[in-house]
Amino acid sequence: MASLLFGGRLAVRSVNRHVQLRHSAVRWNSSISQRPGSATVRFPGAVDSKFTSEMAFSRPSSSPAMPTYRVMDSDGVIVDKKHEPTDVSTEEIITWYKNMLTVNIMDVIMFEAQRQGRLSFYMVSAGEEGIAVGSASALEDHDVVFCQYRESGVFQQRGFTMKQFMAQLFANRHDSGQGRNMPVHYGLEYPRIFTISSPLATQLPQAAGAAYAMKIQALQNPNNPAGVVACYFGEGAASEGDFHAALNMAATRSCPIVFICRNNGFAISTPTLEQYRGDGIASRGIGYGIDTIRVDGNDIFAVREATKEARRMALENGGRPILIEAMSYRVSHHSTSDDSFTYRARVEVEDWKRRDNPIIRLRKWLESKGAWNEELEQQARTDLRAAILKEFNAAEREKKPALKEMFNDVYESLTEEQEMQREALRKHLEKYPDEYNINDHEHGIKGL
Amino acid sequence: MSIRGAGRRLARQCNPGYRSYSSAATPSARLNLPIDYKSTPLLHHGPSSISSSRELPQSTNTKRMNLYQAINSALRTAMSASDKVILFGEDVAFGGVFRCSMDLQMEFGSHRVFNTPLTEQGIAGFAIGAAAQGLKPVAEIQFADYVYPAFDQIVNEAAKFRYREGTTGADAGGLVFRMPCGAVGHGALYHTQSPESLFSHIPGVRVVMPRSPTQAKGLLLSSILECNDPVIFMEPKILYRAAVEHVPTESYTLPLSKADIVKPGSDLTIISYGQPLYLCSQAISAVEKARKGVNIELIDLRTIYPWDRQTVLDSVRRTGRAIVVHESMVNYGVGAEVAATIQEGAFLRLEAPVKRVAGLTTHTGLAFESFIMPDVAKIHDAILQTLDY
Repeated sequence: MASLLFGGRLAVRSVNRHVQLRHSAVRWNSSISQRPGSATVRFPGAVDSKFTSEMAFSRPSSSPAMPTYRVMDSDGVIVDKKHEPTDVSTEEIITWYKNMLTVNIMDVIMFEAQRQGRLSFYMVSAGEEGIAVGSASALEDHDVVFCQYRESGVFQQRGFTMKQFMAQLFANRHDSGQGRNMPVHYGLEYPRIFTISSPLATQLPQAAGAAYAMKIQALQNPNNPAGVVACYFGEGAASEGDFHAALNMAATRSCPIVFICRNNGFAISTPTLEQYRGDGIASRGIGYGIDTIRVDGNDIFAVREATKEARRMALENGGRPILIEAMSYRVSHHSTSDDSFTYRARVEVEDWKRRDNPIIRLRKWLESKGAWNEELEQQARTDLRAAILKEFNAAEREKKPALKEMFNDVYESLTEEQEMQREALRKHLEKYPDEYNINDHEHGIKGL
Repeated sequence: MSIRGAGRRLARQCNPGYRSYSSAATPSARLNLPIDYKSTPLLHHGPSSISSSRELPQSTNTKRMNLYQAINSALRTAMSASDKVILFGEDVAFGGVFRCSMDLQMEFGSHRVFNTPLTEQGIAGFAIGAAAQGLKPVAEIQFADYVYPAFDQIVNEAAKFRYREGTTGADAGGLVFRMPCGAVGHGALYHTQSPESLFSHIPGVRVVMPRSPTQAKGLLLSSILECNDPVIFMEPKILYRAAVEHVPTESYTLPLSKADIVKPGSDLTIISYGQPLYLCSQAISAVEKARKGVNIELIDLRTIYPWDRQTVLDSVRRTGRAIVVHESMVNYGVGAEVAATIQEGAFLRLEAPVKRVAGLTTHTGLAFESFIMPDVAKIHDAILQTLDY
């Protein structure tokens, strides 16, 4: 959307030629010229392209689909022994397993709670726990995360407590979002995961900007440990313009960022066939000049290894973006507001559930190592369920945030207009106390 | 503006009887004369008038600057004051298409002043992320007309960031979006717009528009260095080169959400902001010359949202009459909010209906701009009608 108005830009450019510009970042167009007889294009837009006298259109169908990296198969057997994780203890792998299990059990409980009308909305991440936990396990605490909404495992792996999950879901006074956001829109101060917002893909260019800021801050203060941004999104969100903006900006500004796409086959009811016609999301990374890998999202080891390496690469030589496309299948409904059997066969879903799933895959691997068994499984499930229900019941009984929180944080401090509205609301509530659930909120009318 | 210069050069070469593509004053005009920026009372033509201003620094060091130079000076001051300030957008590296970022890349390096790809939604999102991470990004949208691809990022993200984060303490308050706005005589549909009222409907962002170089510098420095809320900073592009005045060379800030009474009066209050203030000033002079004893107050809102309701209401309670003037379309414009607030807050003091002189409810067709926009004649007529009601 550049302007056509300025013939002046040319004029100014010629004026600028007389200015001594010593900055290395300035690439003068005049430095690129077409030498006679050259076999290679010297147009500034594609400097390494060879001329050809054969007129042939490049066809996506002529390139094979990008392969999917995996470490273990669906029976939990390591495919290539040299990729078996050696840098972590079995204890730590068991924590990953329990983190996936926690999210899975919480999902079942909360989905049911929504069905009973005890919370307004919920989204499970069945089938994608491995992508979330596996990738988060490869991050450092000072790394920063931007999520879409189906990454509860990232929160769980980064230390979000069950009390925090429940406070957010029930919008009670302990919710860091102060009861302002829909359920599942979690946020974590440290290790930082920016609070989730509903508009799809908006977090992508933001993540690029945050990664650029981290790069600048590391330059300005070398004592800061260099960090990356991890940014999660689904394959549907990748159709938004913000995806295009983000990958292109991250590439041109060399931002230390790892883009992690959860390609689970559906955006609500829309199958990928109606989402894109290229080779998934991974093929696009190449077009932006971004190093890209596709991984088996049901293989927590593959996800972790790819993320760990992507993180290392993203910090190399001043930074660059990396794209990971993690393939999975959304075995659940999109959300509690969706019945997915209206657009896909129940048998297909059941088949996926039975055939492959990140939790069962890791469980099989642990069992093959002698580190897990049916007894431990039952005990873990019982304990986790009890812990979740304990926080569930406590959270449900908590007061909602004080009424003043409806106005706070719109601006850094209340505007005069907001002060007036708050006073007007107070008078109104005093006049009509029976019309509102004032005492559900902390400090009742005094909390306004 | 460059194309204008080109136009003039062209005119000299062609026959002297050429017709300008944009409207010039008619030979018979008495009101719609070109604004004489060299003599307007709205600008500081010497250091002496600065010293009579209560808000501006009282040092004697001033420099004559036009609006783009004042913006440039403010950006340089901000970048020197804090290494958190970074500047980016389309074509800012070579100085910007309006010269606002001239020489800044050379001074502060390409990691702090840089071009982005041509994507407004990307620029806005990038700014939000950088602000959330603790920087003070100043992002330029090349023309306010092209801010709409970034509307989602500004409305759904920047404005709501602090609110949804709650107690995590994250916010995007460090960011400023700069954008040239307003009519320029020949900008037609996409180089003319002023979308301030769209952003003023959004809680969580501040909307600012300066009227002059001194105001621009002080308000921009407040927005960047002192304000922890996202700011939409709109620069009337017609003033970039036209408005020249003495500007204090030191760093200073002007308060946001504080209107400025640029001319006191007792019979009528005119509320405006940006370039139309010059039109108002000219119309006021004409009326006051023709009607001895009439005294009209002129208020510059400066911050369009959250705005200084108190100053406006106090003024109208004194004068009993009000007119709101702005370039952007009258329908659901800033005038509607101001007029509604006045009728609610000064009802018993009003001697006449609150008038709005604003852009007509149409698009700015190239050949029709002079009929569509508020001008001296329209404001003059509104003043007379309001006084004689």
